[in-house]
Amino acid sequence: MARETHGMVERRGAGLWLTHVFMILGVLVIFFPIWLAFVASTVTQSDIIRPPMPVWPGDQLWTNYKSALFSGLNVPVATMLMNSLIMAVGIAVGKIIISLLSAFAIVYFKFPGRNLFFWLIFLTLMLPVEVRIVPTYEVVAGFGMLNSYSGLIFPLIASATATFLFRQFFLTIPDELAEAARVDGARPMRFFWDIVVPMSRTNVAALFVILFIYGWNQYLWPLLITTDPEMNTIVMGIKQMFPSGDDFADWPTIMATSILAMIPPVIVVVGMQRLFIRGLVDSEK
Amino acid sequence: MEKRVKFRGWLLPLLLIAPQVVVSAVFFFYPAGQAIWQSLFIPDPFGLSMKWVGLGNFEYLLSDRYYRASFVTTAVFSILVTLSSMIPALFLAVTADRLIKGSGVYRTLLIWPYAVAPAVAGVLWLFMFNTRVGVVSWYLGQLGYDWNHVLNGGEAMGLVVVASAWGRISYNFLFFFAALQAVPRSVIEAAAIDGAHFWRRFWTIVLPLLSPTTFFLLVVNIVYSFFETFGVIHTITAGGPQQTTTILVYKVFSDGFVGQDLGSSAAQSVILLFVVGLLTVVQFKFIEKRVHY
Repeated sequence: MARETHGMVERRGAGLWLTHVFMILGVLVIFFPIWLAFVASTVTQSDIIRPPMPVWPGDQLWTNYKSALFSGLNVPVATMLMNSLIMAVGIAVGKIIISLLSAFAIVYFKFPGRNLFFWLIFLTLMLPVEVRIVPTYEVVAGFGMLNSYSGLIFPLIASATATFLFRQFFLTIPDELAEAARVDGARPMRFFWDIVVPMSRTNVAALFVILFIYGWNQYLWPLLITTDPEMNTIVMGIKQMFPSGDDFADWPTIMATSILAMIPPVIVVVGMQRLFIRGLVDSEK
Repeated sequence: MEKRVKFRGWLLPLLLIAPQVVVSAVFFFYPAGQAIWQSLFIPDPFGLSMKWVGLGNFEYLLSDRYYRASFVTTAVFSILVTLSSMIPALFLAVTADRLIKGSGVYRTLLIWPYAVAPAVAGVLWLFMFNTRVGVVSWYLGQLGYDWNHVLNGGEAMGLVVVASAWGRISYNFLFFFAALQAVPRSVIEAAAIDGAHFWRRFWTIVLPLLSPTTFFLLVVNIVYSFFETFGVIHTITAGGPQQTTTILVYKVFSDGFVGQDLGSSAAQSVILLFVVGLLTVVQFKFIEKRVHY
């Protein structure tokens, strides 16, 4: 961009510093809850229950995280992390595979019922899982999929966003490529594997980032179908760590778990920032 | 838009589309149909049979004081979440846009909260405002303000709104920032040469150019506050006190799973279905417009 050479409307001197001060203040305010959670995860319970709690980290980091990860309160947090990872990757990969296939069918073939299927898939865009929880729960229970990975994953891959995204993208692939493939006598699936899939690489990666976070951050669905603590995901498991009575919650462990719950999605978002922003813009359009 | 080149055959495409159709049918259309069907019945007290009541569940719901209150709660909640996530985001984006260097660093820092699950955000905010150990509530106490969101409905609402809006600031910031970067520099500079001050340029040029993004974010944030804030409410207030934070989605859950009132819960699902349909139509109408903008 040619912005470096102009600079007429950008701030300089004192104004520039003021702008930085504003931004830093904004960042600090936004970060405050995370910072406090981190501090709480490095001190002892007695530091917390005698307010005000310290604002600088203590020396219990290793102790708290070790006890959270390997013993936890109901179940070791390591187990919950593993469950979340399986669920998030399962949802992301599952959605990407079924949508790549169905978008390919819709764009590159003419077959009976094509428009009907297209509209049926389109309808699924409209209904978040929160709205149909009771009957979906009954279906999953009927299949005996409570407390299982398939029960966590399948109901959440029934959505059309990814299909639409790939359809839009496939429509931009030059017709000449398909024509050439057909003239060469290439079978459709060969064209799919050799041309379509490699060309969709960036879209697949961007979508993976978005879907991974979507899956990782699920709350209501795992809350309903995982009654066995061994199957809890980390995001829903945190709430289960609060005592039901009047006891003090074990804040250092809970906060260490909260920090652990946000590390994987933060790594994905910050580490793959470009893909993430692209995926965000693509999937919302 | 259509492809001119098509492959022949019908069995292969049906096989390709089958996984998605099966998953959608089993986990989407069947349950959605079930919800509509169940909304027309009430189960007897022993759960042995279902009694047909036609639209009775809906009539009952619409005359139910708590359900109507939940509509108002949802409206207030979603408006507050939308405003308190969009205004700070716009402010930060405008500020970041004035920097030549370093805006990337701020962007990287500001997108963090987006990755934090609503339920985890709920726990973080609950911790700060906890009535016994919370840092913020303790300092408020020192100032003479007795914070208690467990008993005070207004404070409970404030807390769930802030916790829900927090992560959305990142999201809105990204979209506003991208839109601001796309505003042609020449237009802004022409106005600057004509002597228009920053705020004047902002109101008369930048904000109108941002309107497509703003409308888009309005719709998306309302959808978010309707459907994706369940985790925040469940962790912080569980709908209380006295249902002051029971939004519609939370009520579907609490009536269906906690209260075991399946007919009513199903009827609520159907009503929500219409709400989603309406929001989707608005969104698509708007996106169509945006293409021609």
